[in-house]
Amino acid sequence: MRALFANKMRVLFAILGSLLILFVAWPLARTVISSSPAVLWRTLLDEEVRGSIFLTFYASLLATGLAFLCGIPLAYLLARVDFPGKQLVEGIIDVPIIVPHSAAGIALLMVLGRRTLLGKAFGLVGLKFVSATPGIVAAMLFVSLSFLVDSAREGFEAVDPRLEKVARTLGASPWRAFWAVSFPLAWRSILSGMVLMWARGLSEFGAVVILAYHPMVAPILLYERFESFGLRYARPIATLVILTCLAIFAALRLIAGGE
Amino acid sequence: MGEIGGVEIRGLEVDLEGFHLCDVDLDIADGEYFVILGPTGAGKTVLLETVVGLHLPRRGRIVLAGRDVTHIPPERRGIGFVYQDYALFPHLDVAGNIAFGLKLRGMDRSDIEERAAAISRLLGIEHLLHRRPRTLSGGEQQRVALARALVIEPELLLLDEPLSALDLETREGLQRELGRIHRELGTTTLHVTHDFEEAVALGDRIAVLKEERVGGWRREGRIVQVGVPEEIFRHPANGFVARFVGVRNIFRGEAHPTEGGYKLISLEGIEMAAVAELEGPLHASVRPEDILLSKEPLRSSARNVFQGRIVDISDRGVIAYITVRVPPDFVCLITRRSLEEMRLKEGLEVHIAFKASAVHVF
Repeated sequence: MRALFANKMRVLFAILGSLLILFVAWPLARTVISSSPAVLWRTLLDEEVRGSIFLTFYASLLATGLAFLCGIPLAYLLARVDFPGKQLVEGIIDVPIIVPHSAAGIALLMVLGRRTLLGKAFGLVGLKFVSATPGIVAAMLFVSLSFLVDSAREGFEAVDPRLEKVARTLGASPWRAFWAVSFPLAWRSILSGMVLMWARGLSEFGAVVILAYHPMVAPILLYERFESFGLRYARPIATLVILTCLAIFAALRLIAGGE
Repeated sequence: MGEIGGVEIRGLEVDLEGFHLCDVDLDIADGEYFVILGPTGAGKTVLLETVVGLHLPRRGRIVLAGRDVTHIPPERRGIGFVYQDYALFPHLDVAGNIAFGLKLRGMDRSDIEERAAAISRLLGIEHLLHRRPRTLSGGEQQRVALARALVIEPELLLLDEPLSALDLETREGLQRELGRIHRELGTTTLHVTHDFEEAVALGDRIAVLKEERVGGWRREGRIVQVGVPEEIFRHPANGFVARFVGVRNIFRGEAHPTEGGYKLISLEGIEMAAVAELEGPLHASVRPEDILLSKEPLRSSARNVFQGRIVDISDRGVIAYITVRVPPDFVCLITRRSLEEMRLKEGLEVHIAFKASAVHVF
C-alpha cells in the first residue's frame, strides 16, 4: 500500500486510475442499491423476466460450447503450426471484435435469413434462426468467439512443444499427447477464455436484436421495458442482471484461480 | 547389417527450414554409449529428433534392433528421450511423470508402482516422488527426466545435451551417474554434446558433427569423424576436428589418494600428481601452455617433473608445439623465440614440469 504513494508521480497515477475505477463501480453500485429487495423479489417473480434471464444464460452457454468444439482445435493449430494464410485466419478470428455488432447482425441475417440457401437448408431440419433461439446463439457466437480462440491460443502457445514430443516418445499418440499434456496445461487459459466469451455473449444486444428480437434476451427485455415504461421499470431488471452476472463471474474466477 | 539390439542409421538426410543434415551413417552396437560431439547449433537436436521419429527424414533409414523404424511414429519406436532442460510435465508430480509411459502401456497400478520405485532407487530420487517438478533443482529434474525415459525400458536412450543446463558441480556428479547407470542397465545410448570432456569421459565412441553455412543462410550438418575418444583427439580427421577438439594432452589413468592431500594418477608407467576430488579410473588433461620445458633438469616446486625425448616439433609461426615422449607423449607449447634460443630439435633429451593444479581430471 505504501508503495502506491511512494512519490508524487505515483500519487497522481493513483488518482487518475481511481477515476476510471469509480466510473465503472459507481453506476453499477448505484443501480444495485437503488432497487429495494421487495421490488427485486417482485421482479424475480415476473415470469417474463426469469425466462429472459434464463434464455440469455442458456444461449450464451450454447454459443460457448459450440466455440469450444471448433475453436479449441483451431486455437491449437494456430499455436503449433505455421501454414500459409495463417495471418489471414488470425485476422478473421479477430474481426468480430471491431465490427459494429448491429452490422454483424445484418451480415448474419444475409446468410441465415429465411430465404437464404443456408437458412432454407437448416429449415429442412427444423432449425430456424430469425426470431428464434438458434438465431440468438448464432449472434452471440459470432460476436464473442474471438475471446475464446485468442485466449486458448495463448494458452497453447505457453505450453512447451517439447512436452508433447516427450509424451510421444513415451508412447502417447498425438491424441493422447494432446489430452494428457497440452490440454490440461492450457486449461486455465481455455477456461478464462470461456468465461470471457460467455460473459460477452450474455451482454450482446446489437447482433441479437437484428437476428432475433424475440424471444427476448435480458438486454433486449431491459431495453424494451425502458422504452415502453421508463427507468423505474427497467431498473430492477438491470439490478437483477448485474447481480447475477457478478455472482457467476466471481464464482468462476474463484474456480479458475484455485489450482 | 545392424546387430540385434543395435542401431543402424543409413544415408540419413533431413531437411528442416534453413537446415540440412546430410549423409548420416552410424552403426551403434548393442549396449554401446555413443556420443555425438559438435559445436552448439550443429543440428544435433535435429538428428536426435529424427532418430526418435519427430521429423521424417527426406532419405535414408533407421534400423533399431533389426527393425526398420524409419516410418514408424515415435510412440511405437520404444526410444527414450531426455532433453537438455528436462521437459518434465509441470502438471504432474514426480511419480506421475515417471508413471506416464507405463500408464500408456496399460500396466497394472501395482506393476507401475514397482517399476517406478525400482528406477527411482537407481537414480536416488525416491524421496522426491510426491514433489512437483518446479520445486526441484536442475540436477534433480534431470534425474527425474532420466527415470521417466528409462522406466519404459527403451531399446535406445537419446540424451540431448543432458548436462549443459547444470552448474559445474552438479554436472560432474551427474556425468558419473550417467556412466554408472549405463553400466548397470546396459541401455544403448546416443548422447549429444558440445563438451569435449563430457564426450571423452562417457563415450565408448564419438562421432564429430560439423556445421557449415552454405549459400549464406542455409546451414548444413554432416558427420566428419567417428572413432574411439583417443582416435578423435590423437588423430583428428581434419582441421575442423583438430580445432574443435583443441591441442591437448589427455590421458586415461587411475587416481589414488596420497598423504599430501593431492591424488596420484598412474598412467602408462608414470605417476602424475593432481589436485582432484575424484578417485578411480578417470581421464586427466594438461594444457600444452601449462607445461614448462627445459634442456637442464628443472628445479621447480612443480609436483610433476619428467624427462623425455623430443619426437616432433610443429612450428606454427609465433608459437610451436613440441611433442615430448616420456612416454606417454606430452605436447608442450613454447614461443618461436624459445624454440630458437634453446635450439630444440627432434631426438633431444629434455625435461618437462607442470604443477599438480594444472592437471584437470574428468
